[in-house]
Amino acid sequence: MRRFAKWTAAAMIAVGLLSGCTSEPPWRTHDIAGLVPELSFALTDDRGRSVSAKDYRGRVTLLFFGFTHCPDVCPTTLARLAETLRSIEAGRDDVRVLVVTVDPARDSTAVMHQYVQAFGSQFVGLRGDAAALDALTRRYRVTYTLGKPDAQGNYEVTHSTAVFVFGRDGLARLMFTPKDTTAAIAEDLRRLILASNHPKG
Amino acid sequence: MEFPHALLEGLIATAAFLAPWEISPSAMLLSGGALVVYWRGLRRVPSDARPSLKRRIAFITGVLLVYFVMQTRFDYLSQHMFFVHRLQHLVLHHLGPFLIALSEPLATLASGLPPRIGSGIVRRIWRLPVTRISYRIVQNAFVAPLLFVGLIWFWLTSRVHFNAMLSAPLYWVMNWSMLIDGLLFWVLILDPRTRRQGALLGFGPRIFLVLAAMVPQILIGAYITLAEQDLYDVYAVCGRAWDVEPLQDQRTGGVITWIPAAMMHAIAAVILVGRWARTDKNRPDRVSVSSSTCAGGA
Repeated sequence: MRRFAKWTAAAMIAVGLLSGCTSEPPWRTHDIAGLVPELSFALTDDRGRSVSAKDYRGRVTLLFFGFTHCPDVCPTTLARLAETLRSIEAGRDDVRVLVVTVDPARDSTAVMHQYVQAFGSQFVGLRGDAAALDALTRRYRVTYTLGKPDAQGNYEVTHSTAVFVFGRDGLARLMFTPKDTTAAIAEDLRRLILASNHPKG
Repeated sequence: MEFPHALLEGLIATAAFLAPWEISPSAMLLSGGALVVYWRGLRRVPSDARPSLKRRIAFITGVLLVYFVMQTRFDYLSQHMFFVHRLQHLVLHHLGPFLIALSEPLATLASGLPPRIGSGIVRRIWRLPVTRISYRIVQNAFVAPLLFVGLIWFWLTSRVHFNAMLSAPLYWVMNWSMLIDGLLFWVLILDPRTRRQGALLGFGPRIFLVLAAMVPQILIGAYITLAEQDLYDVYAVCGRAWDVEPLQDQRTGGVITWIPAAMMHAIAAVILVGRWARTDKNRPDRVSVSSSTCAGGA
């Protein structure tokens, strides 16, 4: 077992090095700095405008893959984010939550607009064609599946539950998962908003 | 006219499956290069020195299996399904290298290389003290099994696994480390030569070593199989390739880590015992396999 202990130590050091860990205190959610490429996409927002990652530079940007017919994960995740944002006073308007639909066939621009408005002004709905969507899911190594439609035309959709968090510079910083508590998300988000206010952070 | 249409669709689906998910020039070059060099080697070696058909099939199957799990849509499934990922590592760390080592391809590959590369570059690099010493270190009787088991354990640590599945470069490092270590380990274990003929370890120590390396893998496999909580939430977080209960996916993956991997070690031990008995019988100075050779060797 001592060998295993050594390997654990080696693993911890390796993980520390790989995640670019410095003397700063650890984040309470997943630190993904350096693991995931910077934010980049070309999609259409819920007002019908063509947008790219550049349009969100200077803001703390959250990226989530979902769909409006989603019964559980999406509304829960987005409602939790909305609640967290309400609890953050300073700088919450500097945050944008990008909701990318994995079901563009059913989620039109208008449907997306109505859906994201319910969560708050920081929420943006994004949609694109299959190629643009696949390029984005591949970039962040997430996947989604669309099931076969039943007699009523309804189908099952599976998708990622992760929220990717990017700093104002567009670099990947954190990942929120359903396991993270609202308190942890709020604390890290507050810290990220403050940290990226100063160029040093 | 139903049939040709279905056949065409099937062909298209197969072609789409066989297309690389993420093109890796290193994987393509190495597996393609290995096959070309091997084929050239086969043509150059006189027919009585050519490896048997069985050995040729073992080599080609090993290389093709490695290519298949790294450079087809199987790789996409490995990224989004824990049990497929375990199958991928079973091929990269066990089955592929095992078959390649069993086929003893080095002589054929060496004669297949163009002389300028073969006796020029490769031999010169191999003769460098740095290469020889580092090879001796990683193939040491204690280091080799530790590396073999340690790598499985390392990449299956929850946090490390999470990061490896999220980061493209880390994922690449993970798979290549498994493949390279698999080749090193099985070349060491399945060396057809005796210690006297130049093998790094005698048959006795190798049998001990391959069976000893089985135990921690059984423990890891059993731990994953019997775990009641989702150890690898990265698949839930990033989405599964199809709708399977996380624990069912995890249990299947655990069984793959546990049983087929352990069986490969048992098969290797059986092969080694057979070879040992044969070389012993062929030696005039020894009448029977005595237990003292075993203890002395280990």
